[in-house]
Amino acid sequence: MFESKSGIFFIAGIGFFLLAFLGNGVVPMIMYKDRVEQTAEQVVNKRVMAQFRDLAERYPESFKEAFGEPTEEACAEALRLGRQVYVGEGCWHCHSQFVRPVSNESRRWGPVAKTTEYDNELQRPVLFGTRRVGPDLSREGGRRGNDWHAVHFHRPKDVQVDSPMPAYPWFFEGSPDRPNRRGIAIITYVQWLGSWLPSYPYYEELAEVQDD
Amino acid sequence: MTAIPAHADLVDEKIIFRYYIAALAFLTISMVAGLMVALQLVHWNPFGGVELLSPGRWRMIHTNAIAYGFLANAFLGTLHWAVPRLTFHPVASRALSWFIFYAWQVIVLSTAVGIVVGPSLQDQPWLLDLAKRWRLPMNLGAQGLEWGETPFWIDPVALLGLALVAINFMVPIGRSKGPMYVTLWYFMAAFVWTFLTYAMGNLLPEYAVGGTSAGAIGGLFIHDLVGLFVTPLGWGLMYYFVPILLKKPIWSHGLSLVGFWGLAFFYPLQGIHHFLYTPIPMFLQYGAVISTIAVELVVATVVINFFGTLGSRGYDQFFNNLPIRYFYTGMVFYFITCFQCALQVTLTFQKLIHFTDWVVGHAHLVMFGVFSLWLFGIMTYLFPRLLGKPWYSRKLCEYHYWLSAGGLFVMFIDLTLAGVFQGYYWASLQQWDVSTNGSQPFWITRVFAGLAMFGGLLCFLYNLWMTIRSAEERVPEAGTAPGGASVLPSPA
Repeated sequence: MFESKSGIFFIAGIGFFLLAFLGNGVVPMIMYKDRVEQTAEQVVNKRVMAQFRDLAERYPESFKEAFGEPTEEACAEALRLGRQVYVGEGCWHCHSQFVRPVSNESRRWGPVAKTTEYDNELQRPVLFGTRRVGPDLSREGGRRGNDWHAVHFHRPKDVQVDSPMPAYPWFFEGSPDRPNRRGIAIITYVQWLGSWLPSYPYYEELAEVQDD
Repeated sequence: MTAIPAHADLVDEKIIFRYYIAALAFLTISMVAGLMVALQLVHWNPFGGVELLSPGRWRMIHTNAIAYGFLANAFLGTLHWAVPRLTFHPVASRALSWFIFYAWQVIVLSTAVGIVVGPSLQDQPWLLDLAKRWRLPMNLGAQGLEWGETPFWIDPVALLGLALVAINFMVPIGRSKGPMYVTLWYFMAAFVWTFLTYAMGNLLPEYAVGGTSAGAIGGLFIHDLVGLFVTPLGWGLMYYFVPILLKKPIWSHGLSLVGFWGLAFFYPLQGIHHFLYTPIPMFLQYGAVISTIAVELVVATVVINFFGTLGSRGYDQFFNNLPIRYFYTGMVFYFITCFQCALQVTLTFQKLIHFTDWVVGHAHLVMFGVFSLWLFGIMTYLFPRLLGKPWYSRKLCEYHYWLSAGGLFVMFIDLTLAGVFQGYYWASLQQWDVSTNGSQPFWITRVFAGLAMFGGLLCFLYNLWMTIRSAEERVPEAGTAPGGASVLPSPA
């Protein structure tokens, strides 16, 4: 058995692989089988809408060209596109999206990550991340203004002198006050991260959500 | 007993040579990409603001070109040498071999083009419509899973390619008679595992499973890709080449059995250890930690077995047998990797070093320090046989070895230290800038270590070019030429 073709093919090759898949994959799948995956439309909330409207007011021409009116439907579309930009540009290779219960992380970023936060279309595949060159982003929404993000994406060193983050001028038509569709989408996506938490945003409550 | 078939009837040397050239081309691309990212981190990126040269995209070219361009091509080439010679049967079909060769280059190149160009073309109404209707991550460029970045439109083709590879090599293994040698255990398992792993990682988290469960499967995928594709092929080749080069059998067959079955059992169980302290259930994390420590014991038996094979000839072999030197350097690095792994996988270490450059150092140690060095050793051994003439310069072979191994070792120590510093900067709640500024000395050192490794590769490429051009006559019976040292010109 240990040196025969069938032993190696069926036991080591298929058997042990399936055993590991059972333990590492099927068990969590069964544990979370009742959780329903939310759509991008369902995860749009008042807080991200406030930011989305702010983008429309701040960059009216660019916004109109890119998304028309700041409706919830347009916001969902921006979130989808923003996530695709986030993945395609490799943001997730330098920014994680989960707060650990150790190393003072909850004091730096906020509440420790919970499974319920990842049950949506925009976390497929889940963007936990494996490296932090830059900070974790799962509590980033609402911490900084849209104009800060625009300047930062355009040329990070303009607002953060020592930042090693690359510049993304192709999210803009020439200058930071003229974001294109991808630019508005990625800013919306980043402002959405963490917006589902009741404690959002930690230091600056928006008028729209004060009674929330 | 029937006569042993002639080498020329078994092995298609031309395809091996082509595979190696493709592998070295992708290795060059990967190293240039790595250099670009390293330069970005030390604020020297000369291509800042150029969309198609964005470090974010080229970071994925770096890892994907290594896994699918360099390692896969070099392994496939070497399999065309080892499998027919071990089984006494040629591959299922030479035409299929050539089809796979070209198909695989198309797959790797389109992956690269997809990753670089895809994000620029992403914003298409029909794509967003598909994404909305099917709630799927329709990325023309990279997908959001490490090493599974292969754009979705290439995945099915790559899977088909892997299935064909398995068939092409399983046929001679199936036809062989008598007991199977250790190498073939590893190869056979690797063909099954690679296909299953690729299918699991590139289909489930994207199309079937969401949220935390997808995280668990993603962890399993990035782990299995190293553990069930690269590792068994690498060790299988060691069990093949080391006894040939030392002209003696493996020290202990019992330990070979322990090594193979221990690896097969424990290695795949560890996927979740890439995501410790995530919302993945804690008892699953404990399980992954324990099996990771268990596999370290198995690795120790494998390394003991190989050093038993080397016996007391280490000194002589180290200086006079370059392929053997590559192989055993890789094994020492492998032992360090796995020993490090048994420590860093514990929750205590994870608090500090997770997310830091420590992990990046670890990844380079295993992918370059072990498997790339082994493949360099194999290429150093096989190129003179494929070309029928000795290396143009032994000295350049030496430079290749010392720059690769030395550069890698510096990079490993450097990044490991950087990880400890970063971990403490973060835990002490200092401003984020403190960690990136504090990393600069380490990142600058890393650039130079990487340049040394790249220099080693350039020596190798130049040496190969001059060997191809040199006019020396063919060594008769290329395939049956004896052990490693003889085809290298004696030291000047």
